[in-house]
Amino acid sequence: MSLATSTIAQLRQRLTAGEITPRDIVQDVAKAIESRNGELGAYLSFDTETALKEADAADKSLPLGGIPIGIKDNMNVTGQPCTCASKILAENYTAPYDAGAIQKLRQGGALPFGRLNMDEFAMGSSTENSALGITRNPCDASRVPGGSSGGSAAAVAGDIAIAALGSDTGGSIRQPAALCGCVGLKPTYGRVSRFGLVAFASSLDQIGPITKTVEDAALLLNHLCGKDGRDSTSLDVEVPDFTAGIGKDIKGLRVGLPKEYFIDGTHAGVSAAVDAAIKKLESLGAIIEQISLPHTELGVATYYVLAPAEASANLARFDGVRYGHRSSSATDLMEHYLKSRSEGFGPEVKRRILLGTYMLSSGYYDAYYLRAQKARTLIRNDFTEAFSKVDVIISPTSPAPAHKLGELKDNPLAAYLEDVFTIPVNLAGLPGISVPCGDVEVDGVKLPVGLQIIGKPLDEVTVLRAAHAYEQAR
Amino acid sequence: MPAADIDIQKVAKLSRLSLTTEEAAHYEKQLNGVLAYIDTLTAHDLGDVEPTAHAMPVFDVLRVDEERPGFTQEQCLSNAPKRAGDQFQIPKVIE
Repeated sequence: MSLATSTIAQLRQRLTAGEITPRDIVQDVAKAIESRNGELGAYLSFDTETALKEADAADKSLPLGGIPIGIKDNMNVTGQPCTCASKILAENYTAPYDAGAIQKLRQGGALPFGRLNMDEFAMGSSTENSALGITRNPCDASRVPGGSSGGSAAAVAGDIAIAALGSDTGGSIRQPAALCGCVGLKPTYGRVSRFGLVAFASSLDQIGPITKTVEDAALLLNHLCGKDGRDSTSLDVEVPDFTAGIGKDIKGLRVGLPKEYFIDGTHAGVSAAVDAAIKKLESLGAIIEQISLPHTELGVATYYVLAPAEASANLARFDGVRYGHRSSSATDLMEHYLKSRSEGFGPEVKRRILLGTYMLSSGYYDAYYLRAQKARTLIRNDFTEAFSKVDVIISPTSPAPAHKLGELKDNPLAAYLEDVFTIPVNLAGLPGISVPCGDVEVDGVKLPVGLQIIGKPLDEVTVLRAAHAYEQAR
Repeated sequence: MPAADIDIQKVAKLSRLSLTTEEAAHYEKQLNGVLAYIDTLTAHDLGDVEPTAHAMPVFDVLRVDEERPGFTQEQCLSNAPKRAGDQFQIPKVIE
């Protein structure tokens, strides 16, 4: 059997036993990509030659020594493309440095291998906003993989990656993991350096692992975190061993069910799968409690002020001067900006830049950005209050299973509402995981459902413990 | 909260994006729809609430004032769409 189907934990064991080499793993993953990427479209590019060289030089004594990890195409890896699935970076950008998270990965012995598709600049929940190609759900090729880290989730669930990195601004790790049937973890804001991650919304963005198992998520997270002076929001806090709770029971764990998250509008099959998961947690000794997050209804509106506003400022850097697409037909500087940007950005990116620019423009700042920051305080306070009563909070990751390709095309508002359960977690900066919790049959095909487990700030260990206990009992 | 009344061409210029008349009408309609939804924030009294800029309270992060390695000139110029020697080349700015 191809090593590409293995987990990190399994590969570690076999590497240590001397049964396989890092070269064997890279070769098997490369073969798997060659045979299945045509169908899935998960990878935008991959450089087997470099990965093999790095595999031969890998230090197998390191915790992730010789394990190849797929990288969402918005993180800089020296010498590789970093397109953000945008035409503006596709033609002529080669990363001249490693992102902070990539440096940490390498220190753990892992090797970045392959560039994974995404919604352009991570703006979207289906990967359909990629300017560079379609990614398909490995469970049903007529459906989206979710997004924005859709390539990462499709590659891991489709067994053409061992594990991958994604980034999550409003659910972009957890939602595609749920829709493809794998595990996705968004760490606490500030845990992982954002240096070298192409910025979307800086107060929300966070890098995290997408893996086949909860244990793998913990193993990978162990080699992503830590203070980085080049990201001023990076937290100077102790990095625990995230595997500490793996294998421990959850007797007495207080699990909160927010009544605002169990609402009409959620797909009946998703509700049924999550209800079954709640019963399973209860049977494992967890204490289930009803809680309230009263300002939940403000979440999506708050997000769609803050994220586009921050994006409009962040994406101002794409001016065609220092890197990225430059229009060949401009005659003066203003025309140079207008043409370079209009030719380079796709429709959703333009939509969000326009929205953000409008809301930050003179006379509107207080009405939109400041108001949204105040709403953010209320949402954060809701969680603080809830976490005085419970240890973790659970919900569906997404209100619906994967939709058909093209189904929500050009209906931005309907697409935005798909993020209703994941967005508040980013607004409050909390850790959250999506773990598979069964499936729902749609048109004769079984589609995965994800259970979201949200934790207190910096308490990934408890989140992983709960997720692992559930995963093993399921 | 102002009623959604986006002047799309003005906003496009501020965004340094050029839109065709067709694109402008299309985006204007979509953005007004999104702005109408965002107006749900007005239903709540947020007057005395302190704004939150970042979920994790980290303020005034300073680095030690000492020499440290940075990008080399070649690294910085390596992706220049157009360069003249060791400089980025752009269209003429002043007459």
